[in-house]
Amino acid sequence: MAVSNYMSGIFGNSPVKPMQMHMEKVHECVSLLVPFFEAVLAEDWKKVEKTQQKISALENEADVLKKELRLNLPKGLFMQVSRRDLLEILTIQDSVANKAKDVAGLILGRKMVLPKQIANDYLKFVQRCVDASAQAKVTIDELDELVETGFRGTEVKLVQKMIKTLDKIEADTDKIQRKIRLKLFEIENDMPPLEAMFMYKVIEATGDVADQSQRVGSRLQLLLAR
Amino acid sequence: MEIIIENASLFLILAGVFGLFMAWGIGANDVANAMATSVGSKALTIKQAILIAAIFEFAGAVLAGGQVTKTIRKGIIDAGGLAATPELLVYGMLAALLAAGCWLLIASHKGWPVSTTHSIIGAIVGFAIVGIGIHAVNWGKVGFIVASWVISPLLAGVIAFAIFRSVQKLILDTENPFDNAKKYVPIYIFMAGFMISLVTLVKGLKHIGLETTAIENYSYAVVIGLLIMAVGKYFINRIEFDQSLNRSFHYASVEKVFGVLMIVTACAMAFAHGSNDVANAVGPVAAVVSIVGSEGGIGQKSVLPIWVLLIGGAGIVTGLMMYGHKVMATVGKKITELTPSRGFAAELAAATTVVLASGTGLPISTTHTLVGAVLGVGLARGMAALNLTVIRNIFMSWIITLPAGGILAILFFFALKGIFS
Repeated sequence: MAVSNYMSGIFGNSPVKPMQMHMEKVHECVSLLVPFFEAVLAEDWKKVEKTQQKISALENEADVLKKELRLNLPKGLFMQVSRRDLLEILTIQDSVANKAKDVAGLILGRKMVLPKQIANDYLKFVQRCVDASAQAKVTIDELDELVETGFRGTEVKLVQKMIKTLDKIEADTDKIQRKIRLKLFEIENDMPPLEAMFMYKVIEATGDVADQSQRVGSRLQLLLAR
Repeated sequence: MEIIIENASLFLILAGVFGLFMAWGIGANDVANAMATSVGSKALTIKQAILIAAIFEFAGAVLAGGQVTKTIRKGIIDAGGLAATPELLVYGMLAALLAAGCWLLIASHKGWPVSTTHSIIGAIVGFAIVGIGIHAVNWGKVGFIVASWVISPLLAGVIAFAIFRSVQKLILDTENPFDNAKKYVPIYIFMAGFMISLVTLVKGLKHIGLETTAIENYSYAVVIGLLIMAVGKYFINRIEFDQSLNRSFHYASVEKVFGVLMIVTACAMAFAHGSNDVANAVGPVAAVVSIVGSEGGIGQKSVLPIWVLLIGGAGIVTGLMMYGHKVMATVGKKITELTPSRGFAAELAAATTVVLASGTGLPISTTHTLVGAVLGVGLARGMAALNLTVIRNIFMSWIITLPAGGILAILFFFALKGIFS
């Protein structure tokens, strides 16, 4: 007699674990920005290149996870969370890693050297952006608990607190970003104009890592509103 | 008449063998579905599940299986016009058993979602239409049964929804889910024990010759419920809050408490399944036995011999031992979505529905009822993902199984008729 059974068929593949795995991969990728910028400041281009390659590889892995998850959410699946919401969060999660890859690619491609005047602040800035992605990851880690409680009760309050923290971190990065821009503005006339323009671009792209991390939280918050 | 008297022992042996075959098929495949939720939520190991299933399927079949057996034995066919040719009914019932058993074997082999209940009903109705005549089918009763196939998953879904919402309200969505779980889970255990024992007392015991009054029934059920609750409470109190487990998933300790409850509902589920689905194998056997026993008399009021129910129980247990563990292993691997808190709600709802149907004498599909209950839990926002295409498959299985069982039964019916006359 065959060993097949349809009772088990009713349970679709849960999207929760893969979502969390994806975010984990994204954060792993983003967190490499810290050693990356340390290498940039030290002008150790070999290490910069190696780290950039690692970032790019992790971003690729996240992409693969994303595609797998998308394929495993057939239309007939009945979920606690609407399919669209989930896919949107996934896209935002993925864009966090994309931004990290952009930053690393831009710097390596143009062999950009950060002006000494903003070096310290920039490290702080990057660290805070990575914090934002870490907080987004912790928040997504609560998805299975949210499912367990059916998006109700104290667990919701807990997640809302986490999202608030995430917002605070992002506000911090904004503050540091403004400070760095101001300093750059003061010295921009002494720099080659192209160099200065791209510097602004890198700053913006780095800030986007935090912005997108915050959006993960905001999108999750929409699921909690009921 | 002469045919029956001449071949009395042969008919009895055939009925016994075919009944055993059918029961074996039920045990090999269907029981695994009933136990799937328990194994899938990791509340029970496969070995434990088989042990529980063996004991409680048997108990359910013997203690509470009589009512459904009666329906299948004489509720579907209006045997009034067969007084002169009772052997037709014997051939028919034997053919139905063989047809349903074979169909189950084929379908299980191919992995089609069939129901033992639908196979046997289809087979009996099929042979009755062709072998005896369309008027011989008790269409009112059959309509009622078919309606119950739609209603039972719905009812189980509604009950499961209510149970899971109450679990959320009382335990999961509170500040201190672990303490609340310890407080409220024993009450659910009581409910499960009370419900199962009540239906058994009210509907089951008179089939094994015990008469009790209503007040006695309720008080016995309360006592049994309390006893089971006390045992459950003992085990729950031994569970300790595990800090390390809780770090990755805050509800790990809470789910352990529900694990105890899950064992109780697994017993209830096996009992319910035994009380309803064993009749699919036993009902036709009982019909043959009663005709042969009264030497061709039809519709005589005869007490169902216990050995007939025992055959059903024994067949199920052997099927389970021989193949059930394989099915359970695959099911258990696939269902990881099911935590004990969700699984128990589904099982308790399904067991309640099935036992109620058993008490009323309605043959329903345990698996479909369980699927309904699982969906109910899902609708209460308790399941991360459900594959709704299964619902479509279930409807397809109705459309295919009923005629398939019927056609096979017709073939076997004419074959038997040809052999004996």
